[in-house]
Amino acid sequence: MAVPALRLRNISKRFGTVQATRGVDLDVMPGTVHGIIGENGAGKSTLASIVFGLHTPDSGTIEVDGTPVDNLRPVDAISHGIGMVHQHFMLVPGFSVLENIVLGLEAGFRLGPGLARARVRLAGVCREHGLDIDPDATVDDLPVGVRQRVEILKALYRGARILILDEPTGALAPHETEQLLALLDRMRASGATVVLITHKLHEIMTVCDRVSVMRSGHLVAERDVKDTSADELATLMVGHDLPAGGEEKAAVEVRTVLEVSGLGVRDAGGVRLTDVSFTLRAGEILGLAGVSGNGQSELLEVLAGMRPVSAGSVSVGSRRIDHAHPASPAEMRSLGVSHVPEDRQRQGLVLPFDIRENAVLGRLERCGPGTLVRPAVLQARAEAMIGDFDIRPPVPDRPAAVLSGGNQQKVVVARETAESPPILLLGQPTRGVDIATIGLIHSRIIELRNRGCALLLVSADLDEIFALSDRIVTLCSGRLAGPLETRSADRSVVGMMMAGLDGGAAA
Amino acid sequence: MAETWIDLLRLLDGALRLATPLILCAMAGLVSERSGVINIALEGKLLTGAFAAAAAVTLTGSVAVGLAAAVCAATMLSMVHGFACITHRGEQIISGVAINIVAAGLTVVAGNALFRQGGHTPPLAPDDRFPALTLPFAETLAAVPVLGPFWGELVSGHTLPVYLALASVPVIWWLVYRSRFGLRLRAAGELPEAVESAGVSVTVLRYRGLLIAGVLCGIAGAYLSTGHGGGFVREMSAGKGFLALAALIFGRWKPWPVLFACLLFGVLDAAAPRLHGLEVPLLGPVPVALVSVLPYGLTVILLAGFFGRAEAPGALGRPPGRTG
Repeated sequence: MAVPALRLRNISKRFGTVQATRGVDLDVMPGTVHGIIGENGAGKSTLASIVFGLHTPDSGTIEVDGTPVDNLRPVDAISHGIGMVHQHFMLVPGFSVLENIVLGLEAGFRLGPGLARARVRLAGVCREHGLDIDPDATVDDLPVGVRQRVEILKALYRGARILILDEPTGALAPHETEQLLALLDRMRASGATVVLITHKLHEIMTVCDRVSVMRSGHLVAERDVKDTSADELATLMVGHDLPAGGEEKAAVEVRTVLEVSGLGVRDAGGVRLTDVSFTLRAGEILGLAGVSGNGQSELLEVLAGMRPVSAGSVSVGSRRIDHAHPASPAEMRSLGVSHVPEDRQRQGLVLPFDIRENAVLGRLERCGPGTLVRPAVLQARAEAMIGDFDIRPPVPDRPAAVLSGGNQQKVVVARETAESPPILLLGQPTRGVDIATIGLIHSRIIELRNRGCALLLVSADLDEIFALSDRIVTLCSGRLAGPLETRSADRSVVGMMMAGLDGGAAA
Repeated sequence: MAETWIDLLRLLDGALRLATPLILCAMAGLVSERSGVINIALEGKLLTGAFAAAAAVTLTGSVAVGLAAAVCAATMLSMVHGFACITHRGEQIISGVAINIVAAGLTVVAGNALFRQGGHTPPLAPDDRFPALTLPFAETLAAVPVLGPFWGELVSGHTLPVYLALASVPVIWWLVYRSRFGLRLRAAGELPEAVESAGVSVTVLRYRGLLIAGVLCGIAGAYLSTGHGGGFVREMSAGKGFLALAALIFGRWKPWPVLFACLLFGVLDAAAPRLHGLEVPLLGPVPVALVSVLPYGLTVILLAGFFGRAEAPGALGRPPGRTG
C-alpha cells in the first residue's frame, strides 16, 4: 500500500472554550481528491489551517509523504509541497496577478529581474494545467472565479503537490463551479493530491475519490465515494435523518401585491437595471436566477427602499414609488416588505451587537414606549427567536459576530419573518450556510408561502431556485427574462436565459 | 526681469528649506503607513530628533554626532511605537498620540535637567551647525544668466539634510515600487494575511517600515535644530509632523505626489512673510496670519473636497489575523 501523501494522527485543537477538532485521524492518498464534508462549525476549516501551519494543534502529529513534520508554519508547509486556497481569498488588492503570485518568492532584492523570470515560469505553469490568465491584470478587476484560479495558480507556482481548498465554491456561480471541479479533475490526472473541504454534497459526489465526514470536531465516517450516496452523507453530517425536501405546493392565488413596471436603475457605476417589469403575487415564490453582478443586488435594494429608482415604478398596494416619489427602507417596511439582505454580515446584522439587539433592528418602535426600549421586550423577542429557529448557542447576549454563518442567518431570517410579512425579499438566503440550516430556512420559506406571503427569492443556486420557486425569472446585464412556470421550466433554458441567450421568451 | 528671476529663486530656495523636514517626515510616514502602521507619531519623533541633535551638538560640538544622536533617538521612539502597536497589537493612533505627548514633555524635562535654560538648549554657534555645501560650478556658472543664479541660489548652498531629503524621494520610490521589500511592504499594508500565508512575517516588515521612518524623522529633527535653526526650542516641531501627514494623504501615499505636496506647503510657508503688508485692491493689507494659516486651510479644503476619496492602504491600522 502506498504511503499517504498526508497523514494526521489524533489532531486536537481548542480555541478558548470551543473544542474545534478532537482526535482527528486522516489519511489522504496521493493522486486522489479527498473530500472533507461537514456542517459549518464542524471543524473542517480548523483542520485545514492546522495542516497549512496557520494554527498549531494542541496535540497530534502530521506526516507528509511519510515524513513527520513538527512545528509547522506556512513557510514549512509550502516547502513540503502543501498549498492552500483559503475561503477568503488572499490576494492583495491593487496588485497584478503576477505580483500576487510572486509575493514571498521574489528571487532577489531587485524586483524587476525576479518578475521577468516569474512571468516565464508562470506561463509554463499555466500551460501545464490548461489555465489561461493575464499576468498583468489587476486582481480587483477579475471575476471571482478567475481570482480563485489565481489562488490555485499561486499554490501550484509554489510547487504544491498537495492542494487544500477550503469551501472553494461558496462565492462561485454555477458555471464557475463546474470549471473548478474540471480543473481539480485535471490536477488529479497529473498526479496532484487535492483535499476539498465543502458542505456541498454535489461537489463530493462529482469529483472526490474518498470522503471524510466531520461533525462537532470529530471525524465520524469515511467512505469511498463510489460506495456511498448523497443521502447517506447528508445523514452522517447532520447526525440524524433529514426531513424530506420538496414539499407539495399549495394552489397559487393570483392577487398581485407588488408590481414592478419599466424599472430602470442607473448610478455612478453605470446602468444597473433596464426596463424590468414583473409582478409578485400573494402565496407564491418568484425565483430570480442569475450570475451575481447582473443586477440582482440592485433590484433587491430598490425593492427594500435602499436605492432610488431612475425610471419606471414599483407599486406596493396603493403606494407608487418612482423617481419623483422615493421610499425609505422604513417606509418599505411599513408597507409590509421585509428583507433578508444578501450580505448578512454588512446589511443584515450589526456584528458587535448581541442577538437581542439584532433581533429588533429596524423594529424598535415595537419595543417600548416612545423612544425608550424595554429590555424585557428585547429579551423576550430574542428568546422566542432562539427557540423558534434553534439558534446556537442559545444565549441572547452573545454578539452576532461570534455566531457561525448559519446561526447568523437564522437571526436575520427570524427577525424578518417574525411578523408574518405580506412580502418577503430573500437575497441568497442559504449562501454559505450549513445543510441543516438550509433545510430549516427552506421549510420556513414554504410555510410563509402557504400562509399567503409573496416571496422574491434571489439565489445563485439553481437547485434552490428550482426546489422552491413557483415561477422563475432571470436577470442578465440588468435585463429581465421570463417568467417561466417552474413546473414546465427546463434547467438548460433557464441557464441560457441567465447567460443572456434568448432561450425562453415564454411568459 | 533678472530681478524677478532672482526673487522667484529666493522664494523657492526658502520653500525648499522649509519643506525639508516635511519631505523627510512624509517619506517616513509613507514607508510606515504603506506597511499598515498609522504614523501619527511623526511629530513626536521629529521633536525628539531635534532635541537629541541639539543636545548632542552642545555637549560634543560635532554636528555629525548630533545627527547620529537624532537618528538613534527617533528610531528608538519608533521601536517603542512598534512594540506597542505591532508586537502587542495596540491601537496605533492611541500609541502614536502617546508618543507625541511623551516627546513634548520629555524633551523639555531633559533639556531643563541638562542645560537649565527652561527646556531650551543653549544657542549654537554657526560653526556648530550643518555647513552650507557649495556645489561644484556654483562659482564658474555665476556669470551665466538664468542658469547661473538657478544653480547658485536654488540648487547649491544648502545643508546636507536638504540634499538627503531630496534624495530620499527617489530612494523611497525605488524601495517601495522596485524592490522585494517594497512589494512585501505594500502587501502588508493592503492584506497582511496574504503576506503571512506566503510565509513572510508581517511583524518584521512593519518593524522595518518603522525603523526607516525613525531614521528619516531623526534626520528631519537634526535639520530642524542644528541646520535650519540654531538650537532646540520647546515644541519647535510646531505641527510639522502633522503637516507631513497631511501631505502624505494629499499625495495619496505615493512618493512623487507627496513630494509635490510638501513643496507646495513649503512655498506657501515661504511666501507668508513676503506677502506681509501686501495691499489687495479694495480689501487693504492682507493680515499675515491669514497667509500663515494657508497651508493648513488648504489641507482641510483639499482633503475634505475633491481629494475626499484618498485611497489609504487597505489594512492601515489593522493588525494581521482579523479581516473586517
